[in-house]
Amino acid sequence: MTAQGRGRSREQWGYLLYLLPGLLLFTAVIGVPFLMNIGTSFTEWTGVGTPSWIGLGNYRELVKDEQFWASFGHNALIILGMAVIPTMIGLVLAAALTDLIGRHFGPRTASVLRACVYLPQVLPIVIAGVVWSWLLAPEDGAVNALLGKLGLGSLAHDWLGDPATALWSVIGVMVWIQIGFPLVIFMSGLQRVDPSLYEAAEIDGATWGRRFWHITVPQIRPEIFVVLLWTTIAALKAFAQIFVLTKGGPGGATNVPSYYSWVNFFEKSDVGYGSAIATVLTLVIIALTVVFLRMQGRDLEEAPR
Amino acid sequence: MTATLTEKAGAPPRTGRGKARRRRRGPSAYAVLVALTAFAGVMLIPFVVVLFNALKTPQEYSTEGPLSPPDGFNLDAVRAFWERTDFGNVLLNSVLISGSVAVLAVLLSVLNAYALGIGRIKGRMWVLVLLLMANTVPQEALVYPLYYLSKQVGLYDTKLSVIIVFTVIQSAFGTYLLSSVLSAFPRPLLEAARIDGAGRRQILWRVVVPVVRPTLSVLLVFFFVWTWNEFLIPMTFLISNENQTVSVALGVLQGQRLMDATMSSAASLLGLLPTVVFFLIFQRTLARGLTAGAIK
Repeated sequence: MTAQGRGRSREQWGYLLYLLPGLLLFTAVIGVPFLMNIGTSFTEWTGVGTPSWIGLGNYRELVKDEQFWASFGHNALIILGMAVIPTMIGLVLAAALTDLIGRHFGPRTASVLRACVYLPQVLPIVIAGVVWSWLLAPEDGAVNALLGKLGLGSLAHDWLGDPATALWSVIGVMVWIQIGFPLVIFMSGLQRVDPSLYEAAEIDGATWGRRFWHITVPQIRPEIFVVLLWTTIAALKAFAQIFVLTKGGPGGATNVPSYYSWVNFFEKSDVGYGSAIATVLTLVIIALTVVFLRMQGRDLEEAPR
Repeated sequence: MTATLTEKAGAPPRTGRGKARRRRRGPSAYAVLVALTAFAGVMLIPFVVVLFNALKTPQEYSTEGPLSPPDGFNLDAVRAFWERTDFGNVLLNSVLISGSVAVLAVLLSVLNAYALGIGRIKGRMWVLVLLLMANTVPQEALVYPLYYLSKQVGLYDTKLSVIIVFTVIQSAFGTYLLSSVLSAFPRPLLEAARIDGAGRRQILWRVVVPVVRPTLSVLLVFFFVWTWNEFLIPMTFLISNENQTVSVALGVLQGQRLMDATMSSAASLLGLLPTVVFFLIFQRTLARGLTAGAIK
């Protein structure tokens, strides 16, 4: 590669041309607004009039704000519900659908089942919120009614209204919404895998579990990384789910940074403080992205080509 | 990687419903089928509940509760919601915005990923991190500045403004997924095309795009659905009624608490039906696309 140094750099310029539209649009739509947001985080501003510069004032306040730290703690659990659990379930489902159902009962059966599991993903969050807050309602909610029928009436509960269960209920709803995403990505990745690999392994007597670990997982490694990073970011930004299900309540039990910043923007009209929260959240996400891409880069380099 | 891919080129097409493929359905295979079907069924329960209650009259709802099936096929609630929101127009707006974003964002993702994954330009990881910011920066942080900027350039309250914003935001995921897939693209295939005298542009459209077409159709669907479901930015940008999208119309009505249970079920039904239909159509397109686009 080093021998072709000059030719390679001319190559690079040719490819750079393809990146140009993306970079220009990015600058206008994301870059500039993002810098403006950082700018307002150093000010005291209600959204109208002129912002007044207060330097690091907002950030100093942030460090002492217990609600802010609690909201990050909740976010760690939401990552579990939106990224870790759906990725694990999605992986097993994708493997089972491709390897077992697809081969034994035909691809049509597999794709119908995939469609069913993916369906919550197409549901607008606004609607998912309406439906679930009603299913989980304390009085005549379907979940409590079902528990009563099963003879577990003592477990009936104000799922979203009790601080002890609110966050876990939200996480449950998120798992329901989220599973379809990894499933579809993993199944489209598995289409690259040569089916004769599975057949050969099966003939050699490899159990389903071994085929899963030694064929499925290694083959769709790039997709696993993509899905984990993506859903983790989505979890850190979780806003609409919280907004429609609990509005951060009860008593801040489901508050997360993105919702907290929104409250400051639009309810408390404290745009400066909201910008500071959004800026910190963004820095956390960027740091995470860099660490993740580094790991992924190393992993893909090590993988045999 | 290379070995498996070249091997794959010679393999028979997967979708072939050969007899050889379906053999020995052991009892365990049936057990898995039953378990997965049950799981899929549980995932669908909330949809069934929505459908039930959208077709009930308010009286029926109050006497029989939310879980029983409807007595008849009552479309009053659906009709009332349709008229109140001028739903035909709202639907058209959503289709226009989501459709444009899906196509444009896939195009932008392909261009970006070609430079990053195939071109392997220097500092590609940092470019990727930068572009990923389009989706990592919380939208709450962008809404204020974008609102201000769009007013400056006269794009406020236009569908175009939302299309531009979401084309950039959605293409971040496409760029990431495609660069990751393209960096594992079989180099011999590219070399062969180059030796045959294909330029960069020809390689992109004739070699790379056909191979990753299944991934592109998946992206197209994701972008469409994601844009369809977006709430915060469309709500902020599309203030006039004739520009509203489905999610915005629903969210605004829900926020005003003007709907009873049957009407909000009807609204939910109308809101989710278009994406479900789109998704079902796509399922078939994908299956066709796969057989047609197999590596030759």
